[in-house]
Amino acid sequence: MNNATPLLHVKNLHVRYTTDEGTVHAVNGVDLVMKKGETLGLVGETGAGKTTTALSILRLIPDPPGEITSGEILFDGHDLVPYSAMKMRKVRGNHISMIFQDPMTALNPVLTIGDQISEVIRLHDRLSRSEAYGKATRMLELVGIPADRMGEYPHQFSGGMKQRVVIAIALVCNPLLLIADEPTTALDVTIQAQVLELMQNLRTELGTSMMLITHDLGVVAKICDTVAIMYAGEIVEYGTLQEVYNNTRHPYTKGLFGSIPKIDVRERRLKPIPGLMPDPTHLPQGCSFHPRCPFCTDQCRHKKPENVLLYGDHFAKCYYAEDGLQ
Amino acid sequence: MHRYVLRRVVMMIPVLLGVSLVIFTMMYFTPGDPARLILGDTASEAEVEALREEMGLNDTFIVQYSRYLKKAIAHGDLGTSYVTGRPVITEIVARFPTTMLLAMLSVIVSVLIGIPTGIISATKQYSIFDNMAMIFALLGVSMPNFWQGLILIIVFSLHLGWLPASGFYGPSYWILPALTIGTGTAATITRMTRSSMLEVIRQDYIRTARAKGQSEIVVILKHALKNALIPIITVIGLQFGRGLGGAILTESIFSIPGLGKLMVDSIKARNYPVVQGGVLFIAVMFSFINLLVDILYAYADPRIKSQYRRRS
Ligand SMILES: Nc1ncnc2c1ncn2[C@@H]1O[C@H](COP(=O)(O)OP(=O)(O)OP(=O)(O)O)[C@@H](O)[C@H]1O
Ligand SMILES: [Mg+2]
Repeated sequence: MNNATPLLHVKNLHVRYTTDEGTVHAVNGVDLVMKKGETLGLVGETGAGKTTTALSILRLIPDPPGEITSGEILFDGHDLVPYSAMKMRKVRGNHISMIFQDPMTALNPVLTIGDQISEVIRLHDRLSRSEAYGKATRMLELVGIPADRMGEYPHQFSGGMKQRVVIAIALVCNPLLLIADEPTTALDVTIQAQVLELMQNLRTELGTSMMLITHDLGVVAKICDTVAIMYAGEIVEYGTLQEVYNNTRHPYTKGLFGSIPKIDVRERRLKPIPGLMPDPTHLPQGCSFHPRCPFCTDQCRHKKPENVLLYGDHFAKCYYAEDGLQ
Repeated sequence: MHRYVLRRVVMMIPVLLGVSLVIFTMMYFTPGDPARLILGDTASEAEVEALREEMGLNDTFIVQYSRYLKKAIAHGDLGTSYVTGRPVITEIVARFPTTMLLAMLSVIVSVLIGIPTGIISATKQYSIFDNMAMIFALLGVSMPNFWQGLILIIVFSLHLGWLPASGFYGPSYWILPALTIGTGTAATITRMTRSSMLEVIRQDYIRTARAKGQSEIVVILKHALKNALIPIITVIGLQFGRGLGGAILTESIFSIPGLGKLMVDSIKARNYPVVQGGVLFIAVMFSFINLLVDILYAYADPRIKSQYRRRS
């Protein structure tokens, strides 16, 4: 591993939601490392716990019903889990920002775009109202929206423009880490690429690290340095893009890629795998993927596998990771 | 926006015509002879007949109604009170400030209690505070105003002797009636604020505000409340509109010389012109408050504002 402090190091994170139907084990021992300047792709089926992981990093899990039960979230070496609300507020929007899945609902309908961008500036920079407004205006132009629309309201903007505004809000304070939770899924196919490119350009320009949550393996292949594959609240495989795509070790990852996981076949979306994600209120014993795994053995049914370290940082949570699965 | 307001004002005309027709018809068919009422039992049949002729009571319905309308529109003349002999409009205007004051005080009381309680209840849903607030709100909604007024009089006037029980001469007289009406309304506002806030604080943009690093209090008061305000404004407007029509029972209990009391007294005395004029006046007030509420909507919600702009 790298000996410089990683920007983000999530260790054995557990998050659960307590509901009337039972306890939802949404995140079950997530380990993640992100280096400065790096882009990490977090991939997994719906319900895998991607959003929950992301919200935990910002300590924005709705409580109740959610709760971080154990684990550490080291950001630049400091554990965020025990942070007070006050201390956490200085991190949010300033050092770590988040872009949410649905731009249509992410902006406050009764406040102007200008106010909503200025707000985050005023919270973290010592700027006067008019200076903040000026900075907000420049940021709006940077994301490709003319300055004269500062006084307008979200309903006057299209979905793509709203997501640009959300990006402006997320990046205007120059955060170290940007978490983008499926930033383009809710958008028209035609503008998805535009918005993604904008995000990619801005974050390169500003030197921001990014955690990109997505279903789109093509996008991951295009812009991510490292990939984490999530299943039932765990990272089942993690490694550099090259390693994960060309030297896939976890059967779940293989399933996602389909039968021929070649990095040159990049325009592939998640392939449906036979079976369903386990119910997070009743996770199976042993490896949580075993009911769907074609290579499942007795061992898998009874005991949870540990991370198996492969080449470099590459690890997979599977008993047979080292052998390769043939 | 201006054109929208103007159009709404113009649209009030048919409404008011309708109200006047309905109330005039009702008064016309109510048994009892106004001329006889004015002159008393001792007057002779001939005298009564003469007065009927003079007052135009022998004309057809259409003629009487047209005459009423013409006077009302041309001179703002709503007739003369049978009891005092003064113009109806003067009677109403004399009572209106009292009613207006009571309505405003009640709304202030209800807003000051209802909105903060509703907000805290919503942000601390199912807490002890929330449960208590909801019990009180239920009591407040179901307890009739007159009963609550009587209890307040018994406690604060009779037992403790702190506040006067009747009349409306100064601030100490205002407190009990304003509390009587205000707490009842506060219950409605609390419930409305709570449910509206509960819906809003689950929205994504609230999470966005938190993700910016905004403090919880600003998230609630700036980001959430402004969005939750629309249904709350409706309730406040409705209650205020009702208050302007005079709080009939409360005014009677506390002997407050407002519109409500004027209406009750006039109905009892079959003082038709005052009843007619009063109802018409209340209708006008209600329409204006409705318009005001709609205008406030536009200020609270830019989506509505741009709709008006597009439509007009
Ligand atoms: N507020 C909540 N209350 C109860 N359960 C929740 C809540 N939020 C999420 N969950 C549950 O936690 C699990 C993980 O959800 P999460 O939203 O993190 O998944 P995800 O990987 O982001 O999925 P998607 O791709 O659909 O966004 C799911 O089973 C979900 O039902
Ligand atoms: Mg999600």
